[in-house]
Amino acid sequence: MNPSRKRVVVTGLGTVNPLGNCLADTWAAICAGKSGIASISKFDTTHFTTKIAGEVKDFDPLLFVSPKEYRRLDNFIVYALASAEMAAHDANLEITEQNAERTGVIIGSAIGGLTTMEREKETILNSGPRRMSPFTIPAALANLAPGNVAIRLGAKGPISCVVTACAAGNNAIADAARLIADGYADVMIAGGTDAAVSPLAVAGFNAMRAISTRNEEPEKASRPFDAERDGFIISEGSAIVILEELSRAQDRGAKIYAEIAGSGSTSDAHHIAAPPPGHPGAARCMALALQDAGLEVSDVDYINAHGTSTPLNDLYETEAIKALFKEQVPLPAVSSTKSMTGHMLGAAGGIEAIISVKAITEGVIPPTINLDHPDPQCDLNYTPHKPVKRDINVVMSNSFGFGGVNSVLVFKKFTE
Amino acid sequence: MSIGIKEIEEKVKETIIDQLNITEEEYSLEAAFIDDLGADSLDIVEMVMAMEDIFDIEISDEDLEQIQLVKDVVDYLKQRLS
Repeated sequence: MNPSRKRVVVTGLGTVNPLGNCLADTWAAICAGKSGIASISKFDTTHFTTKIAGEVKDFDPLLFVSPKEYRRLDNFIVYALASAEMAAHDANLEITEQNAERTGVIIGSAIGGLTTMEREKETILNSGPRRMSPFTIPAALANLAPGNVAIRLGAKGPISCVVTACAAGNNAIADAARLIADGYADVMIAGGTDAAVSPLAVAGFNAMRAISTRNEEPEKASRPFDAERDGFIISEGSAIVILEELSRAQDRGAKIYAEIAGSGSTSDAHHIAAPPPGHPGAARCMALALQDAGLEVSDVDYINAHGTSTPLNDLYETEAIKALFKEQVPLPAVSSTKSMTGHMLGAAGGIEAIISVKAITEGVIPPTINLDHPDPQCDLNYTPHKPVKRDINVVMSNSFGFGGVNSVLVFKKFTE
Repeated sequence: MSIGIKEIEEKVKETIIDQLNITEEEYSLEAAFIDDLGADSLDIVEMVMAMEDIFDIEISDEDLEQIQLVKDVVDYLKQRLS
């Protein structure tokens, strides 16, 4: 850890996800142990092996964009715009001519405007290439999520888009925090977004045998660490946090949710999709994040696991946690909130950052629902079924992605 | 295809109001797409594609480049369709 680096705090939260279209509804659903998973309504699933997903429900895009804008934006951009606007509002953030150049945006996405690409490919096949919408490319490029957010909010500082599959949201927040810590920006709008409940994504993940086929019981399909887990659930949505340099936040009297104490980033260098047994890259990443935060394993109260509900991830992540924490007594509480949200892909790190921060401010360890038949090889305290009230000082949030990406964030209760 | 001038004007008006998300008050034949109606070059491409669909014609890029005012579209269509 660089001793001269600045402290970074979280001052705003905003999200649209399968559990709710605002922070309050989302947190209430988490505390109630609700599932956001249901049968897919966005397309006809007759010939699809998987027929369930975590769709955003009852969301009115016209609260955030005009009808004209909506026609030309992919939903992954609309969700990011909505979440960023709610987060900025929550933070009472005012971007002015004076501070715009010190305010930046990093939003990650796993697969960007896949739905738009699918639709416009059909336009070529059915009507010919001349009928292609001129908004196809700007709706499809992953970095048009941060691009549109920057345009909307007037942020003229650093801008980037992290495309690291299911770790993208975590990587985005880690990178954004570093820019503030190292003095390159004062405020960062950071998080993740994806809207990939689409035929191509569902069939593609099915072909990899990566997603659950528990079509008859959608609400029970995401069951991390359970013996009967059979894959993850594709979910959509966005989650954005406002990160701010501590003294700036204090000077303007901002509400401070928590501090980002550190982060870690490692690569497995092993396989395009599967983690290696024991997932040593994940253990190393957690250790680096704690070191970056200047904390010890004994300081960690809660781990928001990657916990995808795939057979390999949950076993190997458990092994990685055990390898790092060894004989630590008591072991930190663990849970996978993907049991409720499903896997929001590039937005997963974003929503799990929000849940981690709320866990600290509310003193609540969110549950892992559907853990009805614990896998004997997954033997940590996963906080089954119901949330647990407890004072929480330090939370670690894990995200791992295809391509062997590991990213870990460490959040800490804010004290002067 | 035989279509009346009145019908062309009405369809153009309806399409522009819808595509550019403007009010009926903002619409006028003298309005410039970019300066008066807040359109950009991609909006104009999209609007011209809608006109191609509605009137079942093909509009070349050279012709597209000549379009600046609402009345340019109306005049062009009158000429093409009469």
